[in-house]
Amino acid sequence: MPREFTPKVITANALMEGDVVYLTTDDSWTRDLSAAEVLTDEADADLRLLMAQGHASQVVGAYLANVSSEANGPQPTHFREEFRRTGPSNYFHGKQAAH
Amino acid sequence: MYRYSDFDSAFVATRNAQFRAQIARRVDGSLTEDEFKPLRLMNGLYLQLHAYMLRVAIPYGTLNSTQMRQLAMIAERWDKGYGHFTTRQNIQFNWPKLTDVPDMLDALAEVQMHAIQTSGNTIRNVTADHFAGAAADEVADPRPIAELIRQWSTDHPEFQFLPRKFKFAVTGSPLDRAVTMAHDIGLRIVRRGDQIGYQVIVGGGLGRTPMIGKILHDFLPEADLLPYIEAVVSVWNLLGRRDNKYKARIKITVHEHGIDDIRARVDQRFALIKPTFSGVDQQMLGAIGADFAPPAFRDAPTDAYDATYHGNAMFRAWADTNLSAHRHPDYAIVTISLKAHGATPGDASADQMRVMADLAEHYGHNELRVSHEQNVILPHVHKSDLPVVYAALREAGLGTANIGLISDIIACPGMDYCALATARSIPIAQDIATRFDELKLEHDIGPMKIKISGCINACGHHHVGHIGILGLDRAGVESYQLTLGGDGTADMRLGDRTGPGFAAEDVVPAIERIVQAYLTHRTDRSETFLDTYTRLGMAPFMAALYDQAAAYAAE
Repeated sequence: MPREFTPKVITANALMEGDVVYLTTDDSWTRDLSAAEVLTDEADADLRLLMAQGHASQVVGAYLANVSSEANGPQPTHFREEFRRTGPSNYFHGKQAAH
Repeated sequence: MYRYSDFDSAFVATRNAQFRAQIARRVDGSLTEDEFKPLRLMNGLYLQLHAYMLRVAIPYGTLNSTQMRQLAMIAERWDKGYGHFTTRQNIQFNWPKLTDVPDMLDALAEVQMHAIQTSGNTIRNVTADHFAGAAADEVADPRPIAELIRQWSTDHPEFQFLPRKFKFAVTGSPLDRAVTMAHDIGLRIVRRGDQIGYQVIVGGGLGRTPMIGKILHDFLPEADLLPYIEAVVSVWNLLGRRDNKYKARIKITVHEHGIDDIRARVDQRFALIKPTFSGVDQQMLGAIGADFAPPAFRDAPTDAYDATYHGNAMFRAWADTNLSAHRHPDYAIVTISLKAHGATPGDASADQMRVMADLAEHYGHNELRVSHEQNVILPHVHKSDLPVVYAALREAGLGTANIGLISDIIACPGMDYCALATARSIPIAQDIATRFDELKLEHDIGPMKIKISGCINACGHHHVGHIGILGLDRAGVESYQLTLGGDGTADMRLGDRTGPGFAAEDVVPAIERIVQAYLTHRTDRSETFLDTYTRLGMAPFMAALYDQAAAYAAE
């Protein structure tokens, strides 16, 4: 049986700053995971990823990342994505400092 | 110190101008990311987890006060006010904007520095003993030959697309502080009678397949060195595995073909190319050597040092751990700890960089070094100046007396920054250092090298840590595998794996149990952890690590 498709967001790094970004439903990029589009259909996710990878003037290295859908928006399911949406743990730098 | 020739300056300026234009073409869409990526890597620019990272070479770990101040300026102007000194004697800036990088590179060029070949499948920054030119135990200063290798390897047309990266380390001392056995080529300057020659070690490396280097040539005359190493890289360039990046390093080539086969091929290649070396390399080496003439050491009494040493216990503790024997009896080598308890190993703020630059200028013949152990060295300080140097370091948060102790930890950036990492390293290092500072045990424990890597690529040299820690991703959780008994010095030894890994919060208790077992089993204080491990092997430490953990869990 094929594996069940788990919810995903499309994430990348911004070309200019390298900051972590997420694709939104209106085809723009947000720095805030809670504003990201959550993809629940595999075929749709693949198409959206192809489209996102075409945004070469805005982002680098777009890929699909697993999330869980929570009341307060998508949440990372892996610690790497948790660090990416937060920033480093040794300094209050990166995303955590922007909020 | 070596000073750029007009050729060097023009070369760096041209490369910077080219890269500035390449970035502009990436931004305006004329270059794709696939086209741009190898270009940015050639110039030391990575894209990490949260931002770009610029890796700047500090050739053989040597820099002067002006250069250190410029690094501070760059950190403040274009980054977040600090820099990270690495295990390859580079400095990394973790937060540059893509479009600021050309200005950063121009600022580096102003002080004769660059980021060329700090990435990519090229010959990387040549590292050397951080006590070069100062150590009492040295046969000869390794920096002139390291500089010659830097010039030879920079933009060498044959070696711009190697099977994989290639790293040189050079030492001039029998006490190997440059980890030469863990490099693609390690060079040791050795003396036989009144002759100076080179022991050439090849095929060492850490990473996913750790290998101890093998001796390719036991005593190579200096005049043959450059054509000989060119022959080595040339042989590997053709023979190295380009089909599989995990088998591409020369350590695998040497392992698969055997050292005798490699030696035969190198000898053949050497015979072919040696006649094409007209001797200009030797003329250049002679000129470079003059740039590394020792400073004019001063003759002055050392009474101030002796009085403070006997009268000030904190100074004495610092002097006992952070000073090393200098070739001049009235001088000392000062290792400045970038490992304050709880701080990020290898990080220095812009203010701290300026303090170190000022101290080097006033008390250290204008010289600084970066060690692969992620500390900064003032190689030439007259003993009478040590009390004032110590006071200034303390004031700047740089006076930690822990060199070679359990809190002097090597840690790679790990998953706090690195896109390749599988787990974090820095918080583990911070927690261990903080805990053993609370216990006030580290001076009692004595020499102890903990080395932490956040993935199998082993930038944190965990294989050669007395205690090595490797961070892995185990089913979506950070897990840390411990090794014991590694040694990165002249008699390099790879650490032995203990049992199952530990969750992040269990690492510090595990280290405590290892240390407690050592303190219980050592014959006396003179027996180091490594000696005890060598004598007793793994058994008492395994019992401490796992039997006690099971006992605690059952409580």
